Amino acid sequence: MKLMKTLALTGAALGMTVAATAAQAFEPSKPIDFVIMAGKGGGADKMARLMQSIVEKNELASVPMVPTNKSGGSGAEALSYMSKVNDPDHSIMVTLNSFYTTPLRQPGLKVDNMAFAPIGRMAEDTFVLWVHKDEGISTFDEFLAEVKSRGNKWVMGGTGKNSEDNIITDHLNEAYGLDIKYIPYKGGGAVAKDLAGKQIQSSVNNPSEALGFYESGDVVPIVAFTNERLPMFPDTPTLNEASDEADFSYFMQRSVVGAPGMSHEAAAYYTELFRNVYKSDEWQKYKNDKSLMGDFVSQLDLADYWAGQIANHETILKASGAIK
Amino acid sequence: MEILAALTDGILIAMQPHNLGLAVIGVIVGLFVGALPGLGSVNGVAILLPFTFVINEATSDPASPMIFLAAIYYGAMYGGAISSITLGIPGASTAVATTFDGRPMALQGNADRALVTAAIASFIGGTVATVFFSGFAPFLSSVALDFGNPEIFALMLLAFATFIGLGGDDIPKTMFSIFFGLLLATVGFDTISGEPRLIFFNDREQTAVLEAVGMTGAAENVPYFDSIGWFSRGIQFLVLAIGVYGIGEMIWTINASRYKLTMTETKISFSRIMKAIVGMKDAWKGTTIGSFLGFFVGILPAAGATPGSLMSYGVAKMTSRNPKSYGQGNPDGVAAPEAANNSASTGAMLPMMTLGIPGSPTTAVLLAGMVIWGLEPGPRMFEDRPEFVWPLIGSFYISNIVAVLVNLAFIPLFLWVLRMPFTILAPVIFVLSVIGTYAAYDNMYDVWLMVFFGIGAYLLRILDYPLAPAVLAVVLGTTAEQKLRQSLLLSDGDFAIFYSPFFDRDGKGQEWWIAPITTWVAVILILLPIILWAMKKIRAKA
Repeated sequence: MKLMKTLALTGAALGMTVAATAAQAFEPSKPIDFVIMAGKGGGADKMARLMQSIVEKNELASVPMVPTNKSGGSGAEALSYMSKVNDPDHSIMVTLNSFYTTPLRQPGLKVDNMAFAPIGRMAEDTFVLWVHKDEGISTFDEFLAEVKSRGNKWVMGGTGKNSEDNIITDHLNEAYGLDIKYIPYKGGGAVAKDLAGKQIQSSVNNPSEALGFYESGDVVPIVAFTNERLPMFPDTPTLNEASDEADFSYFMQRSVVGAPGMSHEAAAYYTELFRNVYKSDEWQKYKNDKSLMGDFVSQLDLADYWAGQIANHETILKASGAIK
Repeated sequence: MEILAALTDGILIAMQPHNLGLAVIGVIVGLFVGALPGLGSVNGVAILLPFTFVINEATSDPASPMIFLAAIYYGAMYGGAISSITLGIPGASTAVATTFDGRPMALQGNADRALVTAAIASFIGGTVATVFFSGFAPFLSSVALDFGNPEIFALMLLAFATFIGLGGDDIPKTMFSIFFGLLLATVGFDTISGEPRLIFFNDREQTAVLEAVGMTGAAENVPYFDSIGWFSRGIQFLVLAIGVYGIGEMIWTINASRYKLTMTETKISFSRIMKAIVGMKDAWKGTTIGSFLGFFVGILPAAGATPGSLMSYGVAKMTSRNPKSYGQGNPDGVAAPEAANNSASTGAMLPMMTLGIPGSPTTAVLLAGMVIWGLEPGPRMFEDRPEFVWPLIGSFYISNIVAVLVNLAFIPLFLWVLRMPFTILAPVIFVLSVIGTYAAYDNMYDVWLMVFFGIGAYLLRILDYPLAPAVLAVVLGTTAEQKLRQSLLLSDGDFAIFYSPFFDRDGKGQEWWIAPITTWVAVILILLPIILWAMKKIRAKA
């Protein structure tokens, strides 16, 4: 009888172990290398450190995530580093749109986006056209009239050459026959500050970058480059609403990817990990506060999303002459 | 009066036992992190960011995590001077100017005096800045907004003007050193055009060359020079500084110290330290210049503590009755940059808190920390979150007092480093240099570059080239170039944007006075020594 009981217990225990192994085939065995495709303190860095803190606070992972900033060459350094890691199962990266644009602009990097493991898209960041309140502009039509009257003295600040901001500015110039001067800055914070100080006349900052000066009343949103109005700015129309002939929206992905060569088991593990981060109260609050959009997208759906975005960016960059 | 009441409340909250304890721990951690070359406050704050969750759970005081991080920042600012003085290696770019006179003082056996001077000057600089901060934050942030691209470039020009005089009497060699530094500053991806520069091979060219010599085929068989890993981030200041001041100085000392075991005779006694504290009255001038100038430069975003400390050193030297004594171990030459870098560091918190713009890499990480804590630094921070702002400002006062006391208490320990036989110290410096360089960016290529710069620096030093201007040109060159080109994009290539207040920037016919005034002061500073020299010649003839 005793023997039977022991056997039964052992059997049950064994069964549980087997079940547990099947459910969690992969478990990181050492600290996770958490690469950030941008410098310390920027938008991507803030988000990455928030993700890290959510994982640590809620004890979502059994090992620590160690953030490393690799900001060189608009993400070229991070991409080429990730392509060469020794242990792809313990290397993940936070990315933005330079994930597509940098390999397109530098084919010599020989980076294949689709080789990266699609773990999860945490959000899509949005873009809004901002001007200083002293310009006395509140609608897109007034904006067009004022910019035209200023000739080439209207300046748009943005982050980097051929960046998201540059793409949107090129679109405005081309679609509306404007002559806006684009000046590249190192980060969105510097752009926001120079707009508040009237050193430049407009910006296409993410809401998170311009929020402080919007709340203080220094800057005014004109249009949002989204498909629907942003809940935070219900009175600000989308570009497509403000302009009859327009059909333009633009987003920036905030995604987590695994190094090329990551095993399916590991990718599944990280997808679950970041799904939990996405579902956490902290992330949802941050997403709402910063006017981020987009649901959690992972695995094959994320790969499809990338394929669409890469094709889209290739068209945009070719049209602006940034690539041949 | 309202401000005073809020501030008093803030100080009281910062003095509660748990916050005071956190400030002490933070300052000690920061002091050691800052004293190790390469680690610096950025890494200290970034590494300990997750630790703030533990703190928050333990104290449930919203201000505690930031008080802890700010204390690390403060401690590291004091710590930077320690390696500058004892090892001759600036731990951070802000402490380069401290080596100019701090190192000679240590070699003359006055390291204790140099360390005490640095600590007290830092305390005064930090306190002066905190007083300004608490009294005039909203006004000062509007001043910061008036500094656009042309203004910042003019300021950089002013910084360059002050260090023409730093290289000694040999103007051509100083100019060579500055231009070499500027050249190094252009390496890497250019922000304005987005193109790689001087990375020796971009991948397209590399592939073309390899194909030309017939080396095509499987990628593994082709010798691949990883130009992205080597140069794409540009030449980082720390890589150059640790190479020049760590390895270069070490080789120099090995050569100079033949048959001698220790470089200096450093005595440690309580009475000597007391005497050094009293001796601070000789360094009041440098301290004053540093405290005020440092704060002003520090509040301007993009400028930060490095130009602040450098300009303060330059101004202290220029206004001195005995400028020749600078660089030979003048306590004023330690006090000015140290007062300035602490004052500027506090100043750099101002654009971070009132504009949401970090003035330095460390404040950028602090900003990320605030965001994690659900705070949104920006123009409304003082009105929206007083329960957070005032205890933090209060903690600046407290951290400063804690930092100066802790620093003074640890001086005997730091002096002990200098008493180590050089045969032990040299390998320690080498190991620290390698670890420090690697730790800064997790990149092994940087370590090789650092060693290369060290050997190069030794050779240049034999040939009597001043190296400080090159190091400083690397620090300021990147910002200066970027601001110059942004300004010229703005003006369609017209340099009048820098020197004429009537240049129409935005089609509204406004006048802009700050940039032209700054530019003209810089030009006069550059030309003055030449004019004086010419007048002397003319008078000698007459």
